[in-house]
Amino acid sequence: MSKQERANQVTKAPAKNNREVILSVKGLKKHFHLGSGQVVKAVDGVSFDVYRGETFGLVGESGCGKSTIGRTLIRLYNATEGSVTFKGDDIYQLKGKKLKEFNQKMQMIFQDPYASLNPRMTVLNIVAEGLDIHGLARGEERRKRVIDLLKVVGLNAEHANRFPHEFSGGQRQRIGIARALAVKPEFIIADEPISALDVSIQAQVVNLLRKLQKEHGLTYLFIAHDLSMVKYISDRVGVMYLGNMVELANSEELYGHPLHPYTEALLSAVPIPDPDASKKRERIILEGDVPSPINPPSGCRFRTRCPKVMELCAIAAPEWKEVVPNHWVACHLYDKEQK
Amino acid sequence: MSKLLDVRDLHVSFTTYNGEVKAVRGVNFYVNKGETVAIVGESGCGKSVTSQTIMRLIPQPPGIIRHGEIHFADRDLVKVSDKQMEKIRGSELAMIFQDPMTSLNPTMTVGRQITESLIKHQKLGSSKARQKAIELLRMVGIPSPESRAKQYPHQFSGGMRQRAMIAIALSCRPKLLIADEPTTALDVTIQAQIIDLMKRLQEKFGTSIILITHDLGVVADIADRVVVMYAGIVVETGTLHEVFFNPHHPYTWGLMASMPRLDLHHEQELLPISGSPPDLISPPKGCPFAARCRHAMKVCTEYMPEMTDLSSTHQVACWLEHPMAPKANKHTGRNGGEADE
Amino acid sequence: MSEKNMKSLTPEMFEFVGMNESAGEEMARERVGFWKDAVRRFRTNWGAMIGLFIILIIGFFAFAGPLMNGYDYESQNIAIQNMEPFEDHYFGTDSFGRDLWQRTWNGAQVSLQIAFLAALFDLLIGVTVGSVSGYFGGRVDMVLQRIVEILYSIPNLIIIILMLLIFEPGIIPIALALSITGWVPMARVVRAQILKLKSQEYVLAARTLGAGHRHILTRHLIPNVMGPIIIAVTFAIPSAIFFEAFLSFIGLGIRPPLASLGSLVFDGSKFLQIYPYQLFYPATVLCLIMLAFNLLGDGLRDALDPRMRK
Repeated sequence: MSKQERANQVTKAPAKNNREVILSVKGLKKHFHLGSGQVVKAVDGVSFDVYRGETFGLVGESGCGKSTIGRTLIRLYNATEGSVTFKGDDIYQLKGKKLKEFNQKMQMIFQDPYASLNPRMTVLNIVAEGLDIHGLARGEERRKRVIDLLKVVGLNAEHANRFPHEFSGGQRQRIGIARALAVKPEFIIADEPISALDVSIQAQVVNLLRKLQKEHGLTYLFIAHDLSMVKYISDRVGVMYLGNMVELANSEELYGHPLHPYTEALLSAVPIPDPDASKKRERIILEGDVPSPINPPSGCRFRTRCPKVMELCAIAAPEWKEVVPNHWVACHLYDKEQK
Repeated sequence: MSKLLDVRDLHVSFTTYNGEVKAVRGVNFYVNKGETVAIVGESGCGKSVTSQTIMRLIPQPPGIIRHGEIHFADRDLVKVSDKQMEKIRGSELAMIFQDPMTSLNPTMTVGRQITESLIKHQKLGSSKARQKAIELLRMVGIPSPESRAKQYPHQFSGGMRQRAMIAIALSCRPKLLIADEPTTALDVTIQAQIIDLMKRLQEKFGTSIILITHDLGVVADIADRVVVMYAGIVVETGTLHEVFFNPHHPYTWGLMASMPRLDLHHEQELLPISGSPPDLISPPKGCPFAARCRHAMKVCTEYMPEMTDLSSTHQVACWLEHPMAPKANKHTGRNGGEADE
Repeated sequence: MSEKNMKSLTPEMFEFVGMNESAGEEMARERVGFWKDAVRRFRTNWGAMIGLFIILIIGFFAFAGPLMNGYDYESQNIAIQNMEPFEDHYFGTDSFGRDLWQRTWNGAQVSLQIAFLAALFDLLIGVTVGSVSGYFGGRVDMVLQRIVEILYSIPNLIIIILMLLIFEPGIIPIALALSITGWVPMARVVRAQILKLKSQEYVLAARTLGAGHRHILTRHLIPNVMGPIIIAVTFAIPSAIFFEAFLSFIGLGIRPPLASLGSLVFDGSKFLQIYPYQLFYPATVLCLIMLAFNLLGDGLRDALDPRMRK
């Protein structure tokens, strides 16, 4: 098996970690209490680093906890356990001036272009919200800054006095991007920013995000369920399943040589818009549904649907380890003893 | 092959507060026995309205069928009475929707919902119907169908609900199944299961399928022929290979070029279609895509292009096909097609 | 048609013009704000327009009516007791010889004042309690909801009677007494709306920008609850008028010689069989006010309810 071989190659090449880590997540857990003693373990022990200037993709099916991670990282939720360090500071300890700074340096783009803009506010006031909250600009200067931002996202001054319902989905999403850019962020969490948009509009928004990244040196955490889009935009990709991260590698590596059986299945399930390629391909069709995060399976959480399940998988949860340099996976297939 | 469904020059409008929305503006297409036709397009292009008109499910008012014929098994579905339509719906024509939760009755067990249509359309006795319902649930891959039949829709997961919907739709062996974005609300791994199921069932029963979707990946996987719609009209239609490997309409090129592909390993450049679709309250008098088209000519904004035959199955509505038109650099968007000029 | 097309086609028409870069970015329709749209919808609603018209007419007479015939509402004149309408006593006189035109419009004025004041109190207390309860949730919500339940479980008549035994019945005490329990429905409406709105993405966006609670409540939540609040106020007014009339009817309302519509109806009802006009005029005004506010409320609900919006 070539994969095992690859996995067992002990390459001594030093990790090319000479880049600055802008965000570091260690053992992050977020549990929701439903009452009557039920606990949803939405995120259950996730660790990863994001480097400055890269796009980190987070993929997984609905309910895998990817959106919860995004919201926990930007402090919309408090973490149940674990630590998140942003530019050297623990984000849950921030207060006063440091917190205000954090609120500008980290920003978020939301999924639903219809719910993410206040219907009673004009585009001018929506985009200026960050300027108002942090007292960055007033009066004519405020208006000028907003119009500049609108131009950056491909809209113009004429749009400033309009209300959100007058815009199409793609235009609204661009207004949301302008709002996030207003406070000059360094790190943007994009939570399914394109999944509510039409195909031709998706490419507009993604290309805009890439252009902005180049021009402003932004770092993205790109959360999505569309694997093709994540591959297109991301430098590195983390795959989530039921509150855990199961695999993490740079994008070409992950898509070219997936190690975890879940990643393999997920990739093979993505339909390819090419009749010939589509017919040639062998697809792994997973049985059944994702189990409930209230009562997840013991050991490895994927074992109930895994085509390569072993006895060990029910007993112990697999360790999160770097099997190939810069390629992390949590799966018993790659345990040392397997040799 | 004989045509099972033939839609001719269909016009459907909706009256709204702001004026009349011309959602479907002269749509022609047909479905042969046993084949799968995919209608592709973006939201608001009229693909769902077309399918709901075939099912006669659009509310009237505000919907109006302005013009057109829908021939289905020797009848014109525009003209049949509501009562006749009720009989046709469910027995010869069936539909599954994007969100199965809203099309299943939450207060009735899944088993009851299947047996109900069996009793109504096939005049089965209740115990026979129950047996058949369990058989159908097993056929669509629902584990332990005996106990599942006694459960309510909310106890099913999204994928299972869609399976149950398919079981209901197929219960009376319809000749034509209309699937309106059947996998859009589902996760990729579940989507793969459902597509696989639909393929298997089609093989087994020879049902014709109209698949409405915006996902070209799904189309490539399951369709025999493709109908591309934009702003209420059909811009291109052809077999799967014709449309994917030899697309002739700039909108089709645009769609292909704006989708990232998982199987291409080199850096791929996405070419978005700029702008947004036109407002269908006052649609442009010429080609509706002209304003967003890289190859727009003066004529495009003036006159609506007519359908040109490229082969017996491949038609396109574009002025570039006119003998006087210059040759456009047709980048297909596949294999990293280069930008024009 | 196609032949005609063919003739008019010239080679120049087949020159590339390229695409219109700003296609679809220009705004096709006129700018329509939320309120403008609501007004448009409201104006097409006949019932609501009639309601508004009646309210304006009655409002006009309630304030200008007393200036029209040179009498006043309290002077008694034994010479003209229980007279049917004559000369400039447009509505006749009552058993003390007081001018009924004066008393009716003065009464309408008092009733409207009480109702508007009560609605204002409802608004202030209800919106504050409802938004705090819905927005902060948790323990605050628990405590406030228990208070609401306790208030709701005691018959409000008892509370109001106790209140009015302590305070001298006047416009402000009656309005206060009405709103002691009257704010509860308002608080419930606001709380339910805020609960729904606070997880909307635009609120989350404001939070990620570092917005404080006050900013979120005043800029995002309350403006979006304005529609339901206005509707609730419109329905609170007729119910306050009705309740005040009821209090006057059982003798707990406005003290003579001051009158409200309720007390006039009560006085008139005593002579119903002999002098029906004494009941008829104030009762008609009372009914019209009730009807008008309900029509207006329905119209506003249709105009402001977001579900009706495209």
